[in-house]
Amino acid sequence: MKANKPQLIIEGKRVDGRTPSDLRPIKMEVGVLRNADGSAIVEIGNTKVLAAVYGPREVVPRHEEQVDRAIIRCRYRMLSFSTMGERKSPAPSRREIELSKVIREALEPAIVSSQFPRTAIDIFVEVLNAEGGTRTAGITAASLALADAGIPMLDLVAAVAVGKVDGVIVLDLNEVEDMYGEADMPVAAMPSIGKITMIQLNGVLTPEEFKKALKLALDGINRIYNLQKEALKKKYVEIEE
Amino acid sequence: MSSSVQRTIRLPGDQIVLDKNMSIEGAGVGTSLYRLNENTYVVTTVSLQDVEENEKKKIRIIPLKGRYMPKEGDIVIGIVYDVTLSSWLIDIKSPYLAVLNASDYIGKPFNPATDNIRKYLDIGDVVIAKVAQFDRTRQPLLTVQDKGLGKVISGSLVEIEPSKIGRVIGKKRSMISMLMEQTKCDFVVGVNGRVLLRCPDAELEYIAILALKKIEAEAHTAGLTERIKEFIINEKVKRGLIKYES
Repeated sequence: MKANKPQLIIEGKRVDGRTPSDLRPIKMEVGVLRNADGSAIVEIGNTKVLAAVYGPREVVPRHEEQVDRAIIRCRYRMLSFSTMGERKSPAPSRREIELSKVIREALEPAIVSSQFPRTAIDIFVEVLNAEGGTRTAGITAASLALADAGIPMLDLVAAVAVGKVDGVIVLDLNEVEDMYGEADMPVAAMPSIGKITMIQLNGVLTPEEFKKALKLALDGINRIYNLQKEALKKKYVEIEE
Repeated sequence: MSSSVQRTIRLPGDQIVLDKNMSIEGAGVGTSLYRLNENTYVVTTVSLQDVEENEKKKIRIIPLKGRYMPKEGDIVIGIVYDVTLSSWLIDIKSPYLAVLNASDYIGKPFNPATDNIRKYLDIGDVVIAKVAQFDRTRQPLLTVQDKGLGKVISGSLVEIEPSKIGRVIGKKRSMISMLMEQTKCDFVVGVNGRVLLRCPDAELEYIAILALKKIEAEAHTAGLTERIKEFIINEKVKRGLIKYES
């Protein structure tokens, strides 16, 4: 597949016409589901992710409960119709199980779980349409849903991927760039506390490139973070007329 | 008397830095604030912030959403979820099921060998109770040994967001007494987000439910009591219960 790699950067523009430091268009909405305690839908370009949060509630297999904190359970799932081409099998794949863990661990540092000992907080992340960056969109959506559910958090978590495509460091990779690029690095952070909660690197970056990429990622995260705050506030301001 | 109050919405991650001339209070102090260091706090849930400027600056933080956490002395309205040999497990809309002992309910020692516990309360029954004991390491313990507590046999139950119960009661009970006066209903408010209504007729009951839902939706806005009063009067006029009065 790598053999017939298309040219990804033409005259400084990427395949979808963005510059290297542009994000895809983002849309966010909070409180979209009625039955969930908190929910959010996030669209980043053509990637669309729905997150729902339930709890804190009783831990159902009793032996899993922790006496000093709430346990956090996360399930990331791609719907059968979310990908192009072949229908995705609805059975949880190796990748989905791994991403569930990655998303959970990216959110855990933000949640003040010691306030609800012996309970469980369940996070469901469903990918409705996948076109690159589903784990970062999932983290962004899940943290909004957690805030909507009223679960105490030290900060909202925002995430974005950076990567190297045709030798250029670019922000917010789409599917083609992810597939044919040289490196892909998703980053999640809590901007106002200034802490990174997740960083993964797939591919090769030199130390200089890594520093540049991380700076670009944190800049993108800040922009997404502001959109998250806007989306949360909007729910309450609308009623105020 | 009350000076200018500034109201804003605070989100998780917002920081509040205190100095000597500031104090912080409100329902959110224990739950919606996380102390980062000596005088910096982080807001942890979507909350309402009122800043009152007198000679001392007062900041009040009220969470807008969140589960009910039992507190000793709270009056709650629960629904029987399960029955054991000598106690009931009661759903009080908190992350923990509460326990009500049969001996407490009956007021004398209970012997499961000779007596059937389901005779007194069965699954689905509604009780008004007080939280007697709770420390997060065990399930909250309820008691009905006080005035106005016990099994509910009539009325209708309305559920709203527990964090908005404060608004249903209002400052110095202003909202609740206005509601009682306007709708002629009897309100029993459980701090866990359940309100029991006993109304003279169905129309008034319906209006009371609409008013409660409106309070829940607009809890973070100012001048709510007046607006709700107007709303109830309008609804009554619409239904022909009263003639229009300006």
